[in-house]
Amino acid sequence: MVRQWVRAAVTVVALTTGSAQAADPFIVVQSTTSTQNSGLFDAILPWFEAESGIDVRIVAVGTGQAIRNARNGDGDVLLVHAKPAEEAFVAEGWGVSRQDVMYNDFVIVGPKGDPAGVRGGSDAVAALTAIAQTGAIFVSRGDDSGTHKAELRQWGQAGVDVAQASGGWYRETGSGMGATLNVAAGMGAYTLTDRATWLAFGNAHGLEVLVEGDPGLFNQYGVILVNPEKHPGVRAEAGQRFIDWLVGQDGQAAIAGYKLDGEQLFFPNAR
Amino acid sequence: MQDFTQEFTIALGLIFTGDPELWAIVLLSLKVSVWAVFIAALIGMPLGAGLAVGRFPGRRALIVLINALMGLPPVVVGLLVYLMLSRSGPFGVLQLLYTPTAMIIAQVVLVTPIIAALTRQVVETLAVEYDEQLRSLGVSRLSSVPVLLWDGRMALMTALLAGFGRAIAEVGAVIIVGGNINHVTRVMTTTIALETSKGNLALALALGAVLIALAVSVTGAVSVLSLRGERQGLGHA
Repeated sequence: MVRQWVRAAVTVVALTTGSAQAADPFIVVQSTTSTQNSGLFDAILPWFEAESGIDVRIVAVGTGQAIRNARNGDGDVLLVHAKPAEEAFVAEGWGVSRQDVMYNDFVIVGPKGDPAGVRGGSDAVAALTAIAQTGAIFVSRGDDSGTHKAELRQWGQAGVDVAQASGGWYRETGSGMGATLNVAAGMGAYTLTDRATWLAFGNAHGLEVLVEGDPGLFNQYGVILVNPEKHPGVRAEAGQRFIDWLVGQDGQAAIAGYKLDGEQLFFPNAR
Repeated sequence: MQDFTQEFTIALGLIFTGDPELWAIVLLSLKVSVWAVFIAALIGMPLGAGLAVGRFPGRRALIVLINALMGLPPVVVGLLVYLMLSRSGPFGVLQLLYTPTAMIIAQVVLVTPIIAALTRQVVETLAVEYDEQLRSLGVSRLSSVPVLLWDGRMALMTALLAGFGRAIAEVGAVIIVGGNINHVTRVMTTTIALETSKGNLALALALGAVLIALAVSVTGAVSVLSLRGERQGLGHA
């Protein structure tokens, strides 16, 4: 019996020492689900890691949560897509400065049956107005993410009070983009999604892009170094090196080179 | 559904053809949960036994509390541990956030009440059973604890397994304090959540099958071990 316990204990120790943590330098990047779910990071990070020897650890959450985590000092770099919130983050001193990295766009997807008749349009506000009028189900992120903020801006312009419709034809999932697309697919509902997550999404049956090409659906990503003066623990040097690479020639080329089924997902536009 | 079955089979095939990344994830899942159960047992077993044999004011209330804590919502525990370990939190200087250690801490909080509550029940039953015997031998309440724990070891194994089941299946807490970082804190459950959100439902389900297989093998191994132990114990008696 005793021998068996010893054997069990040895197994436990072997299990735990087998994967000791790497001592390589690393940075923590607070980012959004769209950049991770689309596979962008998996594609471009190996380039940077090979060149710099710095391990990039991505925490992918909604933009709102990413900004709050960074404000708490739980990250060295912030890479999100909600320009006004990013500028406020820097203005309040939490971030050093903000730089454009890349863009793509949002699209409105919905059921093939298209009960609100918005197919083929390029005017998001008109499409949302039609959806609200027919009372067709619309699924919202409802999580203070960059996509959610963009969606709320469009509803504001359409003059629709979605808070009032919440629980009725307007359903807030409070989850990431992929989870929300799963809900939309399951209910045959409309939703607003970034194009990258949509193209990489594997459970789209029944849904298709109905509205695209509205200049109001522009989706800009920005990168910010968390301010080491606010949080002395920030790995500023390694973080800055990652930012320089991202907005530099190599990083921008890597972003442009990431394609899914021949389609480019993000368009570099650093200055 | 035909498509889905096909996809699922393909995904299972991929997994079993030995994807090294997947095995690293499986190993990390095991490592985190085994450590969590081990530490939770060190705390929970003496605590539970103490509650079973001890007589002190507030004991009833404490038992009710521990029983209730078995239902702790993982997301809330994750959030609390996050607030503690955040750079802005009281233990921020330790830099434990987004490491496997943070995940173990969160799981210890979740598992300890389960082990403590079940231990309390096992030891209390035994204490009643052996009350006369222990008293005739002049064993005090407190020093009877190791004897009772040893005698109840088979039932306590179930307590450990219940704790392990909670730990290995849990996602809400570890995704907050671990961050689901690739190659660092990504475990089975957070991988399943990620693949689901990518819409790769067949792959997610195949990973779920692996997780279930893992839980079954651990439970099975422990059962075999304790059965053999029981037989040996009988042999000595």
